[in-house]
Amino acid sequence: MSKKSGEVILSFDNISLSFGGVKALTSIGFDVREHEIRAIIGPNGAGKSSMLNVINGVYHPQQGEIVFRGQKRRGMNTYESAKSGIARTFQNIALFKGMSVLDNIMTGRNLKMRSNFLLDAIYWGPAQREEIAHRKAVEEIIDFLEIQHIRKTPVGRLPYGLQKRVELGRALAAEPSILLLDEPMAGMNVEEKQDMCRFILDVNDQLGTTIVLIEHDMGVVMDISDRVVVLDYGKKIADGTPDEVRSNQNVIDAYLGVAH
Amino acid sequence: MFYRESGQFKSTYAEDSQIFPIRQDRWVVGGIVAFAFLGIPLLAQFGWVSNYAFTAILTPFLIFALAALGLNILTGYAGQLSLGTAAFMAVGAFASYNFMLRIEGMPILVAFVLGGLCAAAVGIVFGLPSLRIRGFYLAAATLATQFFIVWCLTKVGWFTNYSSSGVITAQKIEMFGYAFDSSMSKYLFVLGIVSVMALLAKNMVRTNIGRSWMAIRDMDMAAEVIGFRPMRTKLMAFAVSSFYCGVAGALFAYAYLGTVEPEGFNLDLSFRILFMVIIGGLGSILGSFLGSAFIVLLPIVLNVAMQSLEGAGLPLPSGIGSSIELMAFGALIIFFLIVEPHGLARLWQIGKEKLRLWPFPH
Ligand SMILES: Nc1ncnc2c1ncn2[C@@H]1O[C@H](COP(=O)(O)OP(=O)(O)OP(=O)(O)O)[C@@H](O)[C@H]1O
Ligand SMILES: [Mg+2]
Repeated sequence: MSKKSGEVILSFDNISLSFGGVKALTSIGFDVREHEIRAIIGPNGAGKSSMLNVINGVYHPQQGEIVFRGQKRRGMNTYESAKSGIARTFQNIALFKGMSVLDNIMTGRNLKMRSNFLLDAIYWGPAQREEIAHRKAVEEIIDFLEIQHIRKTPVGRLPYGLQKRVELGRALAAEPSILLLDEPMAGMNVEEKQDMCRFILDVNDQLGTTIVLIEHDMGVVMDISDRVVVLDYGKKIADGTPDEVRSNQNVIDAYLGVAH
Repeated sequence: MFYRESGQFKSTYAEDSQIFPIRQDRWVVGGIVAFAFLGIPLLAQFGWVSNYAFTAILTPFLIFALAALGLNILTGYAGQLSLGTAAFMAVGAFASYNFMLRIEGMPILVAFVLGGLCAAAVGIVFGLPSLRIRGFYLAAATLATQFFIVWCLTKVGWFTNYSSSGVITAQKIEMFGYAFDSSMSKYLFVLGIVSVMALLAKNMVRTNIGRSWMAIRDMDMAAEVIGFRPMRTKLMAFAVSSFYCGVAGALFAYAYLGTVEPEGFNLDLSFRILFMVIIGGLGSILGSFLGSAFIVLLPIVLNVAMQSLEGAGLPLPSGIGSSIELMAFGALIIFFLIVEPHGLARLWQIGKEKLRLWPFPH
């Protein structure tokens, strides 16, 4: 995995976040370069998901600074980060259970839609053209993720692995420049994991999307990521290429040493 | 056998995103609409549809269906429970009445739209708590709306044009010099409005605004993360829903009752419409119609059943009729809440899926 990695587009300095007495993150600093696959790993409860939530503004750190595309900010906000091209998936699938696969993925495009509800209501002219144009884009994603056969199925009825795939589809529908994936392969069998890896690599490769990935499967992480940051008890204990991280003594002690 | 989609290949997304992508569905729905507009009036000419059928069954069925549709947008699609439906209907009715009364030459349809907009504005104001509270607490807040609005309309004489009893008499429905006096013409008037509004609602729920409502309903945090704004989305649901209820309320006063007082829009009515939505199906346009038909027809069917029992020499004690009705309602609500929360519309859907595969289910 050499290639690509461009400029730093997102960096964190001294980020601290706590919930009541629980320190989820303590003085975390690292950066994300354009077009790279950046993994965040660490044992359970290390603060990985919290970090992702800080990145797109679901959580607001009590301390620290974020620089996003050259702009300093205290914290992000969910709407602004969606607007500026950050999309994500969740550790516990957060799909819209009552809606079809197609509609779920369509929601991912909502920020690109110009039509208003009155035009939608008469579904005529521009509203119809827009809906169909977005439908086309969504169908491309459906083809890419190989889920054509379930496009009209309510997502609540799908098995776990497919739901994860649909959630990736919804995030991709926004055509994000940064994609945050929280354990996209958790609970999958080997075959499903391979598919998911292929999708992530293809997105990164063909669209140049920057990817921040949380994953427990070490094989996968070492295989597909360009750089890895390791958290433990809310602190950063290592940061570097997969090879550097693999041989880091702190990591071996804290993480790889732990029987999993 | 005849309900098949095989051989109907869709070559464009436009074709596939039609309201009824399956041809047979289009025929059936088209047939029903045509029958409602042409068939029923024709039958009435031959005396096969009585005045009673128009005034006591068909017209109220359509009006309640419209109100149920309004509530369904809020509760079924956007997931915000409301017990204030009748209050929004009252706002629509009394606002339309005042526009007609106080503005010379006000066209009736414009008065209805303005009445609906007033209801929408009230809906937005009383929807504000939904930004902070949900579920049971929101229901309690909308209950307050219900009592407050009816109290206001009763206390402030201006709304009822200072009529001593609080009862208003709706003005005649006239359009382009034609007076909608007869029960059949009122039915057609209501049918026209309800059809158009149902079509608009169907379009909304299958496009971006509808998806935003369902997203907020199913997983509000994820909805926010992908860029839907909870405040705007919820208030929009309150506004559109209340608009529908407001117009339904105006029709309730103008095309159904003729004279109405604020108390006519009490909590009972709110509950009745909520039951329609639950029985018909949460989150379904068709369900709003099925639920309304069911609740309008149930008392009539029970009545006939009891009369025939009496005819067969089994007289029931007087007064038991209405209790049986209540008991049947109660049992049905519990049945649907437990067994099939998606209501009649879902049962219909399941039936269709079976039919699609019949007679070879595998
Ligand atoms: N919303 C919250 N309220 C209270 N505590 C929280 C919240 N979110 C996270 N925490 C706490 O912060 C710490 C870090 O949690 P986080 O979910 O970020 O860990 P993680 O690395 O993603 O773990 P896992 O591998 O299990 O997903 C944990 O102790 C957790 O209990
Ligand atoms: Mg986590």
